[in-house]
Amino acid sequence: MSIDRRKFLTLSGLSALGLAGAPAVRVFGQDTTDVAQDTTPAEPAQPEQPRAPLVAQRWAMVIDINKCVAAEGCRDCALACHKVHNVPDFDNPKDEVKWIWKESFEHAFHDQEHAHQSEKLRHATLPVLCNHCDDPPCTRVCPTESTWKRESDGLVMMDWHRCIGCRYCVAACPYGSRSFNWRDPRPHIDEINKSYPTRTRGVVEKCTFCDERLARGQMPACVEACKEKAMIFGDLEDPESEVRQVLRETFTIRRKPGLGTHPEIYYIV
Amino acid sequence: MHDAGKVTIGLVIFLALVSAPFWYNLSSGRASYTPEVEYPKDAESCVRDSAYMAAHHMDLLDEWRDQVIRDGQRFEETPDGGRRECSLTNTCLGCHVSKEKFCDRCHLYMGVEPYCWECHIIPEEL
Repeated sequence: MSIDRRKFLTLSGLSALGLAGAPAVRVFGQDTTDVAQDTTPAEPAQPEQPRAPLVAQRWAMVIDINKCVAAEGCRDCALACHKVHNVPDFDNPKDEVKWIWKESFEHAFHDQEHAHQSEKLRHATLPVLCNHCDDPPCTRVCPTESTWKRESDGLVMMDWHRCIGCRYCVAACPYGSRSFNWRDPRPHIDEINKSYPTRTRGVVEKCTFCDERLARGQMPACVEACKEKAMIFGDLEDPESEVRQVLRETFTIRRKPGLGTHPEIYYIV
Repeated sequence: MHDAGKVTIGLVIFLALVSAPFWYNLSSGRASYTPEVEYPKDAESCVRDSAYMAAHHMDLLDEWRDQVIRDGQRFEETPDGGRRECSLTNTCLGCHVSKEKFCDRCHLYMGVEPYCWECHIIPEEL
């Protein structure tokens, strides 16, 4: 097939016209006349009652499995957390996004599992979440430093603005604590909490130990929601803190300690 | 030059078409159009000087972002000794209740499409 010059020029001219058409329609079709202003008065921002932020040198958590087992089927911690942080519910394990969830003892502590495990532990489900490790492998692999360990109090933080969705951290975390937003999460959030942002597609998210609540002087949402008081949250560097007291008096275990990540969630079995 | 007349006519038509939007905007008064944003009625002052905000609000938001997430400084002091949250949704949109009548009017005019809203909540839209 050949094409002569005249035809070529005609075709390119027509194409150029077509390309120019769309923006022209958009510009000329735009309605710049201001519509009648509706006069709803602006609500003044609620004056915030300043509360001193909760500070620590090293935040840590102790979870009492016994209390958790006693409240069988309770998911208050996860529900509260996911509601406060606008965590989507995709109703599909493939796309699942979770910050804190209930896991069977066998799965959470597979290195402790054996064939003759106590009846209690065999059927136990316990909350698992980001361990806010002392030596977090996820922060090492992040190419954009969008996740990092906050030196002031040991929280493993996330900056969703910077996350490029490479999912190295998801692969690096040995606890499965990180979730990737494969789809736009907004439509899958039942009730949006206005004071906390959502995430967008292509971003990794996880528990941040409620850094935004600590800054307002509030305990983490899961700790507050637990009716059984199975979660104790406090400063590991403060010898007088409840966390330290419990750790002194009770035998506790951590998930996958052999990996050397030094997780800061302790479990009373 | 062959067909100089026809070519000239063609060129004139071409130039007229290309510059048509300019003539159209001039004649319809659109060239002098500037977007009018709706300011909060009962807020006394903005977090910064209005002129600064008009030109540099994006810089302030960037600053706040790093300050809040990186440094954990979620609040800043106000001149009257109170404190305010460094938050787009909670503070900015707390006064500027209508994103459409404040943010969007300028952004549309300037042809910028900030993607803050993919994550940050617009309270009026809920």
